[in-house]
Amino acid sequence: MQDAPLLTVEDLHVSFDTPKGVVEAVRGVSFELGREKLGIVGESGSGKSQTGRALLGLLAARGHARAKRVEFDGIDLLRADERTMRTIRGDRISMIMQDPKYSLNPVMTVGKQIEEAYLVHTKASGKEARERTLEMLEAVRIRDPRRVYQAYPHEVSGGMGQRIMIAMMMIPQPDIIIADEPTSALDVTVQLQVLAILDDMVTQHGMGLIFISHDLNLVASFCDRVLIMYAGQVMEVRNADDLQHAEHPYTRGLMRCLPQVGDSGRELPVLERDSAWSEYQESSRD
Amino acid sequence: MIDVDALNVRFGHGTRGVHAVKDVSFKVNKGESFGLVGESGSGKSTVLRAITGLLHHVAHINGNMTVAGEDQGHKRSQRFRRRVQMVFQDPYGSLHPRHTVYQILSEPARIHKMGNIDSRVLRRLEEVGLDASFRFRYPHQISGGQRQRVAVARALITEPDIVLLDEPTSALDVSVQAEVLNLLTRLQRERELTYVLVSHNLAVVGHMCEGLAVMQHGEVVETMTVDQLRDNTPTHPYTKRLLRASLGYDRSALESLEEETP
Repeated sequence: MQDAPLLTVEDLHVSFDTPKGVVEAVRGVSFELGREKLGIVGESGSGKSQTGRALLGLLAARGHARAKRVEFDGIDLLRADERTMRTIRGDRISMIMQDPKYSLNPVMTVGKQIEEAYLVHTKASGKEARERTLEMLEAVRIRDPRRVYQAYPHEVSGGMGQRIMIAMMMIPQPDIIIADEPTSALDVTVQLQVLAILDDMVTQHGMGLIFISHDLNLVASFCDRVLIMYAGQVMEVRNADDLQHAEHPYTRGLMRCLPQVGDSGRELPVLERDSAWSEYQESSRD
Repeated sequence: MIDVDALNVRFGHGTRGVHAVKDVSFKVNKGESFGLVGESGSGKSTVLRAITGLLHHVAHINGNMTVAGEDQGHKRSQRFRRRVQMVFQDPYGSLHPRHTVYQILSEPARIHKMGNIDSRVLRRLEEVGLDASFRFRYPHQISGGQRQRVAVARALITEPDIVLLDEPTSALDVSVQAEVLNLLTRLQRERELTYVLVSHNLAVVGHMCEGLAVMQHGEVVETMTVDQLRDNTPTHPYTKRLLRASLGYDRSALESLEEETP
């Protein structure tokens, strides 16, 4: 954390042209990412996923991103041409999607897909790629890498699918991983295993992780720092272990409305939304 | 109110068959909530579907079920269908996309030949906290939380005694989840409803229910009261694992889990 940040985002805006006018999905988000696990938490429509996608230039066709600065290793990601972006995307910054069922190629074996990710970014031979792939499958704790190598995505479980996706994203050894709800489709015990794999990868290779999730509890227990988003803006940034002392009423409201074991019949405090939260705050840092 | 005894559900035949529910038994008293907890594929939703009679054409079902004072064989009576209603997980998928809220709510009342349909629809909408003007809207014109409120109103229109809830808040944001859970609690109190709640979320079940059964691979591995759950005194290793895992990410928990699993 002492050294220079891997990624600096300053005043990021994402907007979409719709038939009903321009929708501002992200409005002035700024943060720095070091070699750490940074969580971005928010409810549906808060702009958390669009923030992640904008960094890699993966917005839908009608989306536009602009920012004062999105700097990664001296490159401004939003102003870089597509050719430069191709050397970064997947190779140096990669993204893990929510649902392996929809994000893996259904007509290609798992092994070939992971190999492809490696071959695109290196000049390795086919044999070398195969070896690396098997190593990687082992690294994400798949017990029988040879069998899984030959399997098609529909032949593996959701938890294994997500490990395969992690293996694919990690094989070029990127500097930053953006994980968008990587465990939301998984059972809790499997979720724990997948998180542990991500955790190891981040610590061992000194990567930066942006972990996008709607689950405040999970993020608080997994990440180092948490960014809380609402209506396209950052409400609060906190160290994860300090979240109990959150000051922003939105963060506090989110934590309070979670049900707890044994409080049967208790009325859950409902989040009262303050319209002031969604008012646009001009970025204070200039 | 509900007495399920040694319920078995099998899909398919022979070696390719799946024994989805194995000897599941539980009882729920009137006005209580009972939770079924488990991970995907544990058979918890299948139990609910077996109760409703939705499975009899596709599966082999053995065991005794007494629901609302009637023995339930393979056929469900019109009376059963009025008294037992269900709310599904996905409010996007369970409401007819080309029916207005009014059509969605009035159809069950018409099927059960109930009178005063208009005033019933309006009252149910009010009960679930929706404005009367919502009856002209289509499901895609309202938010996820509002859709789940419509689904609850649709279940209530026939004035049931038992409501089966299959992951009713899993598709919702936590703030909306709180609103829907509050709504379900209030309705239960006002109408003395009996709930069976299926969820993978232990906190939701622990909040809503007095008792619960933990399922794994089609079997109930442990039946416990919510007090036992709160005091964290499960006896079965799987329940322990589930409890620890549901508390969030914890490295030491994972290591102890992996030692336990062979």
